[in-house]
Amino acid sequence: MSGEIAQAFAQAKARGEGVLVAYAMAGDPDLPRSVDVFAALVEGGADVLELGVAFSDPIADGPVIQGAAERALKAGSTLKRVLDEVVPAVRQRCPQTPLVIMTYVNVIMAMGEARYAKLARERGVSGTILPDLPPEESASLRATFDAEGLDLIPLCAPTTPPARAQAIAKEGRGFVYCVSVSGVTGMRAELPPDLSQRLELVRSAAPVPVVAGFGISTAEQARTLSAHADGVVVGSALVRAAHTEGPAAAKALCADIKRGLRR
Amino acid sequence: MTTETVAGRFGRYGGRYVPETLVPALQELEEAYAAASADPAFGEEVARVLREYVGRPTTLTPARRLTEAWGGANVWLKREDLAHTGAHKINNTVGQVLLAKRMGKQRIIAETGAGQHGVATATACALFGLPCEVYMGALDVERQALNVFRMRALGAVVRPVESGSRTLKDAMNEAMRTWVSQVSDTHYVIGSAAGPHPYPTVVRDFQAVIGRELRTQALAAFGGLPDAIIACVGGGSNAIGVLHPFIGDASVRLVGVEAGGHGLETKQHGASLTLGTEGVLHGSRSLVLQDEDGQIQEAHSISAGLDYPGVGPELAHLAKTGRMEVRVATDDEALAAFYEVARLEGILPALETSHAFARGRELARELGAGKHLVINCSGRGDKDVATISARGVPPPVGVKA
Repeated sequence: MSGEIAQAFAQAKARGEGVLVAYAMAGDPDLPRSVDVFAALVEGGADVLELGVAFSDPIADGPVIQGAAERALKAGSTLKRVLDEVVPAVRQRCPQTPLVIMTYVNVIMAMGEARYAKLARERGVSGTILPDLPPEESASLRATFDAEGLDLIPLCAPTTPPARAQAIAKEGRGFVYCVSVSGVTGMRAELPPDLSQRLELVRSAAPVPVVAGFGISTAEQARTLSAHADGVVVGSALVRAAHTEGPAAAKALCADIKRGLRR
Repeated sequence: MTTETVAGRFGRYGGRYVPETLVPALQELEEAYAAASADPAFGEEVARVLREYVGRPTTLTPARRLTEAWGGANVWLKREDLAHTGAHKINNTVGQVLLAKRMGKQRIIAETGAGQHGVATATACALFGLPCEVYMGALDVERQALNVFRMRALGAVVRPVESGSRTLKDAMNEAMRTWVSQVSDTHYVIGSAAGPHPYPTVVRDFQAVIGRELRTQALAAFGGLPDAIIACVGGGSNAIGVLHPFIGDASVRLVGVEAGGHGLETKQHGASLTLGTEGVLHGSRSLVLQDEDGQIQEAHSISAGLDYPGVGPELAHLAKTGRMEVRVATDDEALAAFYEVARLEGILPALETSHAFARGRELARELGAGKHLVINCSGRGDKDVATISARGVPPPVGVKA
């Protein structure tokens, strides 16, 4: 276990807050300016940063993050460059904030699982989320990550049967990412009514904190969910704000959502 | 004989690399398919529809003038172009739509490149009364107008996909995204022997009717098994369908022909078995055209059906283990083969199929006289006439000007 993620959750809890995991795409609009976006998210109150690394075929992502991935690829973003250029710069500006990489398994395979785990850890990455790597395919990668102290953060879906959800939760590292809706990433006006029960079920089985993500874009949604989860992930809404209005808008949205997470 | 080492794995390839939301649906499909396969009534129903509606068995045609022109082995054509809708794709869509009905699914989605799988899915949905949505790259919608019309005429909704390269791989991404959000009542009919487990197995099994028929027909026609079978390979559904029943027959050479596009040195091709590296695309681990950072490259082929940067995991395994020989034909070679087959046999093959014909001559000569070469004539070329005629038509044969 990396330790940094657990510490961030513990500190938020001590302040009486739910954790805000804030996502942006590394390399959107280009590598240096995406560092400004990440720093703005932390200034706005993000407790954990999720750095998207673009993949050409993002099957779990909706149009907003697909667009960000296309821009990042055009700007020359690669996993290697994110680890060499974005991660160290963000670490320097936000030394207290744990960093998590979110990408697709093919990007990790192309670098080599062991090489990635070692390099990511050296650069100061705490965890990794791979939305196309379900538990059946993850055993060897998790062992490789464990050996380096890099957390492989699992996902749990609304369609996951209860026993399977508990099994996923038990193997959690860093935190468990509960996908709130059946679908791709992106903002939703309404979240499913049975989400709170699902979160409590996963929470009861997980040795690590549990967060809800996909579809969350407002302080009100964050407030509702924080009663049943240790935090929320916000992605598309922040990516859109940063893209259309710049880092300051993303910072303001973070601050607004963070208000919803204060108990 | 099976190359499936454990469920859903073909050596190093295969597996199920999908968002967690889809895993329960794939498990449900795997279980439903196992139950259907064990139920003789299901197999009989599929066979009945293939016989009464699709027109199976398709014939094994002796290609006498090609045999003579090529000067080697006896050439035979397995005539999937004569199946209803004009290609082998219908074998799989009939099977999968019947399976979806058995599972109680309310609607069908599919992806398509050239439109043949989309047409075959729309056809099966019309036959069995299920609503159908087909995702198709916006570029392919433009260049395959005939098939877009056929799908709409059959009652399907065609959804153009504007993301990425606007071709087959992007259509598949979008179909998967749609499936993630509507997974409870929807069945996704994948048309290639690719995708997450159990699709490569399901599609192969429904397409293996081609090879099983060929086996019987070869014994009747020339009293033995073919010495070689050749098929084009994009995702690989016609190839695995015709080749799979012969994997255990060491005397039968299995040959796959990939799209060479503008040439292997140009990066504009679809030769994932020849030049691909191990990766994960659309839910399975296989050989993929990608750069060193793991970004999937855009494929190129004159034939939309071979314009795909991946390949089914079982074919990747057969190629890597050497059981299947892999060759390549360029756009120009496929075009030349199209006219050769048209003018010597009176058959307009699909551009995909033309790639298999393009390597037929050399293979017939390698085998030599008295041997038997079967070419899987996977589809008819009517859908390609706009693409082909745009390049001009060679002068007629044997007519005075």
